[in-house]
Amino acid sequence: MSNILLVALLFSAVRLTTPLLLAALGGLYSERSGVINIALEGLMLAGAFTAATITHYTGNPWVGLAAAILAGVLVALVHGVACIQFKADQVVSGTAINILFLGIPALLSGALFESTGATPQLPKAQLIPNVPIWLAFALVPLTWYVLYRTPFGLRLRAVGENPEAADTAGVNVSKVRYLGVMLSGALAAIGGAYLSIGQSSLFARNMTAGRGFIALAALIFGKWRPVQTMLACLLFGFAEALSIQMQGVSQIPVQFIQLIPYVLTIVVLAGFIGHSRAPRALGIPYQKKR
Amino acid sequence: MKGLRQLIFPLAAVLAAFVAGSFLVLAVGDSPLATYELLIGSAFTWPDGIGYTLFYATPLIFTGLAVAVAFRCGLLNIGAEGQLYIASFATAWVGITFAGLPAILLVPLCCLAAVLAGGVWGGIPGVLKARFGAHEVITTIMMNFIAIALASYFTQYHYKAPGDAILETVPIGEGARIARLGKFVHGLPERIPLNLSFLLALVTCLLVYLFLWRTRWGYEIRATGASPAAAQYGGIATGRQIVLAMALSGALAGMVGINEVLGYRYRYYDSFSSGYGFTGIAVALLGRNHPVGVILASLLFGALLRGGLFVDIFTEHVSKDLVMVLQGIIILFVAAEAMFAGRFKGPFGRRIKGV
Amino acid sequence: MIELRNISKRFGEVLANDRVSFAVAPGTIHALVGENGAGKSTAMRIAYGFYSADSGDIVVEGQVRRFTSPQDAIALGIGMVHQHFMLVEPMTVAENIVLGTEPGNSLKLDVAGAVSRIRALSDELGLAIDPMARIEDLSVGQQQRVELLKALYRQARILILDEPTAVLSPQAVRDLFGILRRMREQGKTIVIVTHKLSEVLEISDEVTVMRDGKVVGNRPTAETNAAELARLMVGRDVLLRVVKPEGHPEKPVLAIRGLSLGAKNSEKRLDGVSFEVRAGEIVGIAGIEGNGQTELIDALAGLVDSGAVTGVVELEGHDVEGLSARQRRARGIAHVPEDRHRRGLLLDFDLAENSILGADDRPAVATGPWHSWLKRDAIRRRVEKILKAFDVRPPDANLPARSLSGGNQQKLILGRELEESPKLLLVAQPTRGVDIGGIEFIHRRLVEMRDAGCAVLLVSSELEEVTALSDRLLVMRQGRIVGEVDPVRATPEEIGLLMTGGNAAA
Repeated sequence: MSNILLVALLFSAVRLTTPLLLAALGGLYSERSGVINIALEGLMLAGAFTAATITHYTGNPWVGLAAAILAGVLVALVHGVACIQFKADQVVSGTAINILFLGIPALLSGALFESTGATPQLPKAQLIPNVPIWLAFALVPLTWYVLYRTPFGLRLRAVGENPEAADTAGVNVSKVRYLGVMLSGALAAIGGAYLSIGQSSLFARNMTAGRGFIALAALIFGKWRPVQTMLACLLFGFAEALSIQMQGVSQIPVQFIQLIPYVLTIVVLAGFIGHSRAPRALGIPYQKKR
Repeated sequence: MKGLRQLIFPLAAVLAAFVAGSFLVLAVGDSPLATYELLIGSAFTWPDGIGYTLFYATPLIFTGLAVAVAFRCGLLNIGAEGQLYIASFATAWVGITFAGLPAILLVPLCCLAAVLAGGVWGGIPGVLKARFGAHEVITTIMMNFIAIALASYFTQYHYKAPGDAILETVPIGEGARIARLGKFVHGLPERIPLNLSFLLALVTCLLVYLFLWRTRWGYEIRATGASPAAAQYGGIATGRQIVLAMALSGALAGMVGINEVLGYRYRYYDSFSSGYGFTGIAVALLGRNHPVGVILASLLFGALLRGGLFVDIFTEHVSKDLVMVLQGIIILFVAAEAMFAGRFKGPFGRRIKGV
Repeated sequence: MIELRNISKRFGEVLANDRVSFAVAPGTIHALVGENGAGKSTAMRIAYGFYSADSGDIVVEGQVRRFTSPQDAIALGIGMVHQHFMLVEPMTVAENIVLGTEPGNSLKLDVAGAVSRIRALSDELGLAIDPMARIEDLSVGQQQRVELLKALYRQARILILDEPTAVLSPQAVRDLFGILRRMREQGKTIVIVTHKLSEVLEISDEVTVMRDGKVVGNRPTAETNAAELARLMVGRDVLLRVVKPEGHPEKPVLAIRGLSLGAKNSEKRLDGVSFEVRAGEIVGIAGIEGNGQTELIDALAGLVDSGAVTGVVELEGHDVEGLSARQRRARGIAHVPEDRHRRGLLLDFDLAENSILGADDRPAVATGPWHSWLKRDAIRRRVEKILKAFDVRPPDANLPARSLSGGNQQKLILGRELEESPKLLLVAQPTRGVDIGGIEFIHRRLVEMRDAGCAVLLVSSELEEVTALSDRLLVMRQGRIVGEVDPVRATPEEIGLLMTGGNAAA
């Protein structure tokens, strides 16, 4: 009995980790290049909404997923243009994206489905199988390889640490940063898509419920490294799974149990950030004198 | 002259946002011109349009000031939403618990509760930042979820009127109510909830201005925001300024509770805020983190919130969420104002570590 | 080999290069000299494609070339070692060297191949650099060699070195010059940018002098001397020594005994520092940058974590250890910091608000309970007085500090710090990036403060400056005071030996 519960808990934890991990790995590409990505939440929402809407119209979740990726990349590109081209404050730009994607899905679903921020329920056959789970965990070693064993990874790390050094060595700083930001859009959008057309069967208003921010906390906790970031995501995923399981059995009010991941995020941030060293150029627009 | 130039960039950002938003309106199949006419036009009729616009502007002045004060210290407080929820609940709690007190005592007591609860809720992320370096953007977001859940829990299980289908508390004492402006202004009916808190908001703007630019505490907060290293060199305890700025920011956001509970619904009403805390970010940025700018920007967004309701009802496809979208675009344009200026100057120059 | 023809470049109001022309012969070491701000670095950054010139041509091996980025220069065999090293600290030597020209294909970085090539290059010149070492673990001298390797790996035939000796000990400078001579023997062409005349005379074959953005002279090194070069650089005969009357030191103001600063990687950044500074004297600290001078000043100003500090610091006989920066200021410690942009000024605040940094809680500036209310009129009078007395230009209190030149910013800071009549003045690198006129002004003010009875502790990496200004001169190395010398009698060589600790080894 308890074994079955435990297996169920672990499987649920892995499922709940998946969107966090995808978003956090996305954040890793962006932040390693030196661009703060507080927009992960908005990117996830963009992906979740696009995936649900396109799947609803085409009946094919793979088309929905592809559309979500495209949407994520485009939205990330907006963040990139603001931060890289126009040297916007990266936190403010990210916040703008987040607010924008509280509004846009609601606006569009109102127009498309006459609803207040939700898409119609999808039939079970049109949901995406567990592919994003495999993808998310496969991306961990892959990201490690890209980061430490490919020229792109070398440039990404260099640009996030010391863009001027990379520039003088002939690396196109803006190009690398754009790529990093766009990758983060794609991955966060897959994470969002998995929420809407994998774990549930529709898009609901603000359905990410802070997962983009939790992913960011996991990235910091994981010191901007792929494997540690995965472990941090698993911790948060486990906390969420636990809170869901406890809702059935414990005496504690539901409202409090649901808060576990949020409280954990604060504790982790406050308790461990001191040991984390951010990429040195994180948050600083690269300004070249000409 | 200088003031005029200060207005140009924000106006350009607003204009650009409206242009960008019109594509969305077109995309969902409505006419942008008609939509915007409805959005703006409905906000300036007398007495309803203007009355409601000012009513919606009131909480935005508080949250706009809240975000601006934190900004001046180099902090982005996106937790105003949680701070105003916890403060509104605390206001109602005092109003219910001490319902028997006379107005002369009860109103100040309730106001104090709003300010204190908001201040504490904002101060906690401040402490976490100053003491542990935990980034305020993430902690304040998490505190939002916690605040909303707590207020909702206590409302549901401890302060709801039995049999009430709506998630709201029992009413506060009669003595805790503050007057609506309709009582004093000829032609303004009292059904419009615009109340004395609006005047309080204007006074608060003046106080915040004096605090930031005429006191040494304000100077130290601004110095900390402009350059923590220079502030420390000048003997300023930057950690303490961060806590002070965040607590003050939370207290200002908390004052929304005065408008909401004492001036409008006379009870705590679950999920009452239509994103006032987030709109406060747009208000502060558009108002260049200055109290005068905050007032102007609040009037704009107040009008949009009012107009949004009409858009919801009278257009075929567009919903009031258009206002949220416009906010997002405006923030984006203000953040990337180099787009208009052709040079780099962020809304506040700072370096961020650890996000 | 490489030639600049009529290069001009303007940054905003400043004409950094004004029709700069000179040619560098192949296989020679060419020195480009000039004062701070003469436009040397700008000219070289243009030659490396990092800036683009407003007008003029770069000629490489007889052909006019257009550079749009450093890649174009690199492709033509031009390499540059920047004054501030362009290295990514958490990455390895090999990673830094291959960055931008990575070997292998886009799916696989061929580190192994690069490592053996780097090792071969390093051995050829006797550089002794381990390609797998992390940059942050290397000494400054080693990092510079990585920069050289980076250029050589890209098959540079023309090497530009921007102020390569600024951060090196005399010993490391000798090593570097040895390496440069070997490179010349291999047929490389080298341009070395510097403002140190002794080095020019020692290493170069030919020298070009710049002043105010223009080339003012071109000489074979063998046919010139230090006096002539100095005259060209400054535009008039230079008086290298500060005129300074005999000092009259009185009672000790600052007494430090056994001051140590925390263990970072078990290495103390300050280690048992003891000395006194008396009223009416200037005590100078000489040393290569990064040997604890910054930490010493910060520790005295109360800007380091007091938990990491041990030892006794007394101001006029009273222990000040454990006091905050503000409390120390209240007791009469003023501080002109080494990094005026990061620390000394609030760059976006106006001059009036900058004039009260560090004094905003004083009765002269603030009133009311807890001195909460700023006295606007008093602050206005205060800043006007400072601007006038310290000749800050333009004297407009409403301007942001950012808009002032380096020299005027420094004068504002000095004026502000002296406003509260300090008992002890901590001064670090007071004339870095300051024009000649400003330097003289600041030096005169420091001597005046001394004569008015202030105790002055001066840190400078410019040996000439500390020897000229100090009444007593201490030498620091690896966080320790390693000796005291008479600033009038000691030769630069003696001081240099103390700085490097290399009497037997050198």
